[in-house]
Amino acid sequence: MSPPAPKIRIRGLRKAFGPKLVLDGIDLDVPDGQSLVVIGGSGTGKSVLIKCVLGIHTPDSGSIEIDGEEVTGLSAAERERVNRKFGMLFQGGALFDSLPVWENVAFGLIEGKGMRREAAKPRALVKLAQVGLTTEVAELSPSELSGGMQKRVALARAIATEPEIIFFDEPTTGLDPIMADVINGLIRKCVRELGATALSITHDMASVRKIADHVAMLYGGRIIWSGPVARLDESGNAHVDQFIHGRAEGPIQMQVRN
Amino acid sequence: MSFLAQIGSVLLLFLAASGRLTLFALTGLAHCFRPPIYLRLIGRQMVDMGYYSLPVVGLTTLFSGMVLALQTYTGFARFNAESAIANVVVLSITRELGPVLAGLMVAGRIGASMAAELGTMRVTEQIDALSTLSTNPFKYLVAPRLIAGVTMLPLLVLVGDVIGVFGGYLVSVYKLGFNAGIYIHRTLDILETQDVVSGLVKAAVFGFIISLMGCYHGYNSRGGAQGVGVATTNAVVSAAILILIFNYIITELFFAK
Ligand SMILES: Nc1ncnc2c1ncn2[C@@H]1O[C@H](COP(=O)(O)OP(=O)(O)O)[C@@H](O)[C@H]1O
Ligand SMILES: [Mg+2]
Repeated sequence: MSPPAPKIRIRGLRKAFGPKLVLDGIDLDVPDGQSLVVIGGSGTGKSVLIKCVLGIHTPDSGSIEIDGEEVTGLSAAERERVNRKFGMLFQGGALFDSLPVWENVAFGLIEGKGMRREAAKPRALVKLAQVGLTTEVAELSPSELSGGMQKRVALARAIATEPEIIFFDEPTTGLDPIMADVINGLIRKCVRELGATALSITHDMASVRKIADHVAMLYGGRIIWSGPVARLDESGNAHVDQFIHGRAEGPIQMQVRN
Repeated sequence: MSFLAQIGSVLLLFLAASGRLTLFALTGLAHCFRPPIYLRLIGRQMVDMGYYSLPVVGLTTLFSGMVLALQTYTGFARFNAESAIANVVVLSITRELGPVLAGLMVAGRIGASMAAELGTMRVTEQIDALSTLSTNPFKYLVAPRLIAGVTMLPLLVLVGDVIGVFGGYLVSVYKLGFNAGIYIHRTLDILETQDVVSGLVKAAVFGFIISLMGCYHGYNSRGGAQGVGVATTNAVVSAAILILIFNYIITELFFAK
């Protein structure tokens, strides 16, 4: 029997912005129901990678398959259909500040799935409760919330449509360690409960160890190492070792000057 | 680099930008007619653009009508042609000043806020978030603003026309001592449907330009707070210039014999 097809299959993905080559041939598989975390330094193109999968950026070349279906070069309408499988937690939350919290959470249900507002609101409140927010918060504007609460609302919005695949872009950046651990715990719980496939990116090692089944490291536009999270400490890769221990000395040289 | 090559590259940049803008406008227009139509959002934009612009447009046209009456009086008195005040006021307001002034004021008020709002949504990834929530940003953000622009500006101009003419009437009757009945009679006598219609057509085109520029520059802004600031400026300046250009073109179409 052949192994089951991966939920997300990326081959030879390349993306450049003008002369700047960001992704230089990415190969990556995310198995169904598993959580893969991509690690890598700031500006290595982690967000660009996820946005290529989401269809926000158009790759220059390469293939991205979701459930075996090629999704590069889809029409806008087909893209909308594929995106219904997705939930996304953006780096900065990206909450709609013109809408109250509950409408943010219910947005995918109302606009994406055509649910009536009256029916969507209780669902949104349930999702808010799942991330530990009370009904008083539901009527507030996102700008009235703290950073940690905004992340929770964004998480609730990402899981509200019960997507098959959830993307997390640096879910803990900008949070204190305790709130970061709370968010990591929530992410783990939500992904488990939905049985979803998760593709996350982060440079927070505590986050990696808490939410990853598999880890892949992005460096120089390529995946230079990947494996189960348990093998992270004996990867035998000098780049990975330097990254997970946060050392300034090693093969990865920070560009301080250009 | 040679001089010709520089001209060439500027020309290419200009053509590329015009192409992008045209594509943006056509995509936005297409989404105005394809369901789902977001009535709630269209309504909100209409209130923002129409109702809340009333004071600005009203004050602008009121004082323009007043000053027009005053200037015409002092100017035309040299030819003993003071009696033409009513004609000058009503034709200037309905044909030119109403639509152009309302257009420029609304460009400053609404074009800027559209660019700032969409620009902020762009740099905070809210526009990306829309598409991941299976919502087309053109349909959700651009189409309602275009619809509101095209429908609300003519209404504003219609109100502005009335207020502007009233301003001229106030000055003529209460300051310059003209007979109220005769003034109104002259105003209605000279006014033709085409005067008002041309003004309203202008207003619809200006409304489209304002919304298009606000959306285009906001939607394509990048680079944080500074980028949003640039987008806002560009939206207002380009809308103002395009309004004046199209004002000439439409006038030419309506009135050139
Ligand atoms: N829309 C864009 N236009 C031009 N360059 C971009 C764009 N988005 C990202 N980049 C560039 O791609 C590189 C990777 O960015 P990103 O994926 O956001 O990094 P990170 O790994 O920190 O998430 C950066 O150097 C950035 O300047
Ligand atoms: Mg990033």
